[in-house]
Amino acid sequence: MSLLAHEVSWSVGGRLVVDGVSLAPAPGTTTGLLGPNGSGKSSLLRLLAGLRPADAGVVELDGVPLARVGRRTAARRIAVVEQNAATETDLTVAEVAGLGRIPHRRAWSAPSRSDEDAVERALERVGLADRAEEAWHTLSGGERQRAQIARALAQGPHELLLDEPTNHLDIAHQLDVLDLVARLEVTAVVALHDLNLAAMFCDRLLVLKDGRAVAAGTPAEVITEDLIAEVYGVRAEVEPRGPEARPSVRFLPGRPV
Amino acid sequence: MTAGRSAAAAAAGLVLLALSVAAATALGPAGITVPEVAAVAWSRTGGPESGLSAVREGIVWELRLPRALLAAVCGAGLAVCGAVLQSLLRNPLADPFVLGVSSGASTGAVLVVVLGVGGGLLSLSTGAFAGACVSFALVLLLSRLSGGTTAKVVLSGVAVMQLFSALTSLIVYSSADAEQARSVLFWLLGSLSGARWDDVWPCAAALVAALAVFASRARELDAFAFGEDAAAALGVAVGRTRLVLLLATALLTAFLVSSAGAIGFVGLVLPHAVRALTGPGHRHVLPASALAGAVFLVWVDALSRNVFAPQDLPVGVVTSLIGVPAFMYILYRGRPSRSAGPKRRRPLDAHPRPAGPTARASAGGRR
Repeated sequence: MSLLAHEVSWSVGGRLVVDGVSLAPAPGTTTGLLGPNGSGKSSLLRLLAGLRPADAGVVELDGVPLARVGRRTAARRIAVVEQNAATETDLTVAEVAGLGRIPHRRAWSAPSRSDEDAVERALERVGLADRAEEAWHTLSGGERQRAQIARALAQGPHELLLDEPTNHLDIAHQLDVLDLVARLEVTAVVALHDLNLAAMFCDRLLVLKDGRAVAAGTPAEVITEDLIAEVYGVRAEVEPRGPEARPSVRFLPGRPV
Repeated sequence: MTAGRSAAAAAAGLVLLALSVAAATALGPAGITVPEVAAVAWSRTGGPESGLSAVREGIVWELRLPRALLAAVCGAGLAVCGAVLQSLLRNPLADPFVLGVSSGASTGAVLVVVLGVGGGLLSLSTGAFAGACVSFALVLLLSRLSGGTTAKVVLSGVAVMQLFSALTSLIVYSSADAEQARSVLFWLLGSLSGARWDDVWPCAAALVAALAVFASRARELDAFAFGEDAAAALGVAVGRTRLVLLLATALLTAFLVSSAGAIGFVGLVLPHAVRALTGPGHRHVLPASALAGAVFLVWVDALSRNVFAPQDLPVGVVTSLIGVPAFMYILYRGRPSRSAGPKRRRPLDAHPRPAGPTARASAGGRR
């Protein structure tokens, strides 16, 4: 029961965006994808989701190349939360979450009891159960993100891929969302910008730079002053002062020498 | 909405449609009643003699009934094509003609009518159908060459539409006499006058086939709400689904346009009006659009036939004159109730939940 990427590459317009990256998250764990803007985090997530075909290498779901797994079968296993979900359609929160049941429903069938239960549970999970009938367009950014996560949970996935789910959220909502993701019993891969949050909530980290994996391991192994200087070009102090002695990062002005 | 309520609503809609067709057939000079319409229909489909004179029976069976039925088929087809394309292309301005089908049809029609292409062997409908297919093929080719994204499909449609409109104008301007120009203009605006059973059957068959395709893809259409990547992540084979749906809408539109011209407004606006009532789930939007479009166009055509009788108005003129104010009213009424607080309608493809104190307005919400 696992999703893994073996030396996948993907290029667009002649530019190599993902360059031979491997990733094999252990079932049930949360893996953080780190790296500067344009380092290939989102593209790697799309490859993992099967939304783009890898130019080289292979993404496998339970040992079968993802390209040979049907789209619908894959959608019952892997759920994706995009960075900026937007729609012109007038949907309620419950209808957004209900989209997650599409891969489980037969053509032209009404939602079954189990579909409705899954939606209800997912909304409760993200704390939106009492907002089910409100219009998606009236939600705040954090609520929209939670509604998308509810949609992903309604899919009943084993693997959950999230692309910067804390973007545009205030700090309380950032902590809420990541705490929720870390406590889910799914295998989660999360692209993140905030090193402290990544250290706090992820079991493993993978750092990308220019499409290549430059570091992988536990937060304590990966998040070091040297790595931050190398990957981000920023000076920082790293101390083991986070929860469970996880690394805590304090940034400093000026460029590293 | 429960399955039982959906079925009841569908049955009520079909009864309303049947009554509308019968009433529209009865409407007009000759003083025919609805029971007489039913008697003629019954006698022509195997029942006993209707008891009407041959002339009055001919008016019902040869003139008015095929016209009312063609109106129903066109209204249903245009509205459902509009609903599909708006969701598929994620564009509220999409209508059945966005794929260039109507302008291609008009060029094909003027080639036959004005330039006499085909040497009298081709009818206006045949020319229109061929033109529609050529223009849609060009749209598909252009959008494929330019990368195949949703926006490119719309832009290709606009480009092809402009090209064929210009060609049509050029042909009419350079070659048509006044009488030809008038008949072409009448057809371009959309008209059901002169509808015969020979027009009804192919359009009805195309409608049934397209509805079957749309029904099998209703789930996929829901999945497009957050874009193509989101749809793919929900298990939709995006490329294949889009091609199948574009082909089905374009072919159905080509049949309708070649029989009745480019009847505007129905395909653009009725889907929006229907969504305001049923919510966005396509299991309800598609059948409701078809029924609403059919009933709407039957009545609008009955009006356009009778208001300036014996002169016919192009039905496309009347659809807009009646529909635009109605639509403005729906827009005006529809939005605030949904964005400012708990909405009144029940969600369609989600679990039912009574609107109570829990469904409160989000005071700090932003749009």
